[in-house]
Amino acid sequence: MKSLLRPALSLFALLSVLTGLIYPLAVTGIGQLMFAQTANGSILAVDGRPVGSALIGQSFTAAQHFWGRPSATGPFPYNAAVSSGSNLGPLNPALAEAVKARLEALKAADPGNDNPVPVDLMTASGSGLDPDISLAAAYYQAPRVANARGLPVEQVRALIGQQAARPWLGILGEPRVNVLRLNLALDGREVQPLD
Amino acid sequence: MTIQSWLLLLAFLVVLFATVKPLGLYMAQLMEAPRWQPLARLEVGAFRLCGIGREEMSWRQYAPAVLVFSLVGFIVVYALQRLQFWLPLNPQLMPNVTADSSFNTAISFVTNTNWQGYGGEATMSYLTQMLGLGVQNFVSAAAGIAVVFALIRGFARHSVQTIGNFWADLYRTTVYLLLPLSFVLALVLVSQGVIQNFSAYQEVSTLEAVTYEAPKLDAAGQPVTDAAGNAVTETVATSTQTLPMGPAASQIAIKQLGTNGGGFFNVNSAHPFENPTPLSNFLELLAILLIPAALCYTFGKAVGDTRQGWAVLAAMTVIFVGAAIATMTFEQQGNPLLATPGVDQTASALQSGGNMEGKETRHGIGASALWATATTAASNGSVNSMHDSYTPLGGLVPMLLMQLGEVVFGGVGSGLYGMLVFALMAVFVAGLMIGRTPEYLGKKIEAFDMKMVSIAILMTPALVLLGTALAVTTTGGKATLFNPGAHGFSEALYAFSSAANNNGSAFAGLGANTPFYNGWLGVAMWFGRFAVIVPVLAIAGSLAAKKRLAQGPGTMPTHGPLFVGLLVGTVLLVAALTYVPALALGPAVEHLILWTGH
Repeated sequence: MKSLLRPALSLFALLSVLTGLIYPLAVTGIGQLMFAQTANGSILAVDGRPVGSALIGQSFTAAQHFWGRPSATGPFPYNAAVSSGSNLGPLNPALAEAVKARLEALKAADPGNDNPVPVDLMTASGSGLDPDISLAAAYYQAPRVANARGLPVEQVRALIGQQAARPWLGILGEPRVNVLRLNLALDGREVQPLD
Repeated sequence: MTIQSWLLLLAFLVVLFATVKPLGLYMAQLMEAPRWQPLARLEVGAFRLCGIGREEMSWRQYAPAVLVFSLVGFIVVYALQRLQFWLPLNPQLMPNVTADSSFNTAISFVTNTNWQGYGGEATMSYLTQMLGLGVQNFVSAAAGIAVVFALIRGFARHSVQTIGNFWADLYRTTVYLLLPLSFVLALVLVSQGVIQNFSAYQEVSTLEAVTYEAPKLDAAGQPVTDAAGNAVTETVATSTQTLPMGPAASQIAIKQLGTNGGGFFNVNSAHPFENPTPLSNFLELLAILLIPAALCYTFGKAVGDTRQGWAVLAAMTVIFVGAAIATMTFEQQGNPLLATPGVDQTASALQSGGNMEGKETRHGIGASALWATATTAASNGSVNSMHDSYTPLGGLVPMLLMQLGEVVFGGVGSGLYGMLVFALMAVFVAGLMIGRTPEYLGKKIEAFDMKMVSIAILMTPALVLLGTALAVTTTGGKATLFNPGAHGFSEALYAFSSAANNNGSAFAGLGANTPFYNGWLGVAMWFGRFAVIVPVLAIAGSLAAKKRLAQGPGTMPTHGPLFVGLLVGTVLLVAALTYVPALALGPAVEHLILWTGH
């Protein structure tokens, strides 16, 4: 036993220093030198004031903004301090009820729109902080946003096209658009990355 | 299944297989002392400092070394959580973690399970993450690889008593393999947007204000209640968002590479700060299977016949590909209960469609379902989507992959030693059929070996089934099941399957941070790890002592399609015999209700 304890304790200490202190500190040092913007949260600024992270979604409910995915974080949606999915099973009555309420809310905000609603606007994201919606979800909302802003719908659709991301080589990633960036562009705000 | 999903699966397999040979060769070298002199001298110095001798160990010395080292890790991780409030690097002033949660998390990380009963960004200080959880991410993975090195030596050697030196295996795997790989991956992840800093959490002003109902507090900070004793709520508006910060990338790189899976944040790799882009997703996904796949080549190389390694890898790949196609297909079908005329679940050029509850837009169905398959095929357990919200059959596949014993790639080291135990079982069954003493790689498989194989194979099913039974028959177990009906049963079954097989993913609706689950899942994780490692090391010792038999006309070849089929059949048969009744009660019932009951 004694012959085991000394190597166990000292090797544990040695490897702890290597992997638990030197390694994360080295990654931090080099990361901050080479990729400061992303290492610090990809924060976007308007006139030098931080307005959010390009990677973290925000809650939008105004008619003139695009709305993001439903969020299951508590006590309010898009609470970035406590990421969470809904964890509702496919048969859970609460899921069907939530979807029904979301469908009604979207229809109420845009009564003339009879298109089927893209599923990502009906379902909560895994993190509760999803920054994106599908392109289908963006185009679905374009008439409402255009109407609320008194803009031609073509202009709003063109803006979606400018901000759109598509699968890389047809393999990596899904057709999507970043809601915060899209809304900032709609508001005509000049966005800079914050270092 | 969409064309994009097929292409993604294909691209993933191509890249993965391209790494098998070079990485496998590299790892084969780690089984011996380094030949490059500066490294060798450094190593000699480090070993002298730590009081590590040069001599090799018998299995009876190797196994206690693994256990003692793990026990030290357990104590340190437990203590760090219990004391974190008073320790440095805690800008959010996280309080000390409760005793039962600390117990669970300490076992969880020491056993390479990395089950999360806690939410990282709301529980752990940066110091606990780095020096507690991060260190175990490395050394528990290295311990798994060390054990498979010992077993490989058992096959490769003959007529000797020793199977290697645990301390040397542990050191070399950590320093020469896991550290450099993690370092490179971590930096690539930072470039993609994974955070890496020591700042306090940041407040930003959002574009719109959010209003919500919150419990009303009196001047003393106590909740106000009305005459009936119900909490009074008030409407609150907030126009700020608190962004979590911390050294995440360094942790995430090793949690993927070491098949650990414990996330920096509550929702793991579904969190945009943990897995921000399709490229980060692909690399993290690749990292899950990278080492387990290449270890098969290491095995073949070390026993002097690389075809043996490819055969084992082929068996793993067959099951993996089938499982991936199944999960992707079931998830792409969507949820029939949402298929009202108003909702569009079909895949198109503008959306991924399918069952998007609990999934992220950037990953869609393909990359989420492939991840779910890889993370449960390997005993990684990180998630990029919420498995609890999967369709019944889409959720059955990950559960079954864990129940196979985590041998389809499996954990780093543990997957291969688990699969080699099944290989012994397979040759034993084949031997019975033709009435010959079974052999594998020239080693006669005898009564002692088969006893150890039986313990190793039966230990985890016993823990899973007894644990699930306990959970669904006691108030403590039933109290925190989240979803009603058959799905609630699935949550308990998933939890014990995950814990006993050291996976760590969850049907996360289950309220697992209770004394019941913290305690019993802790027990399942501990025995699921070490009650398998000890018999595996016993097999290693027994094999090393045997003579090597020459191949004869009666020797069954173990590198061809016949053996691959036999191995796959054995793995599937053992799981089917064990788990079909339990799976019928959970996902199967749920599937029937979902598709016929409305």
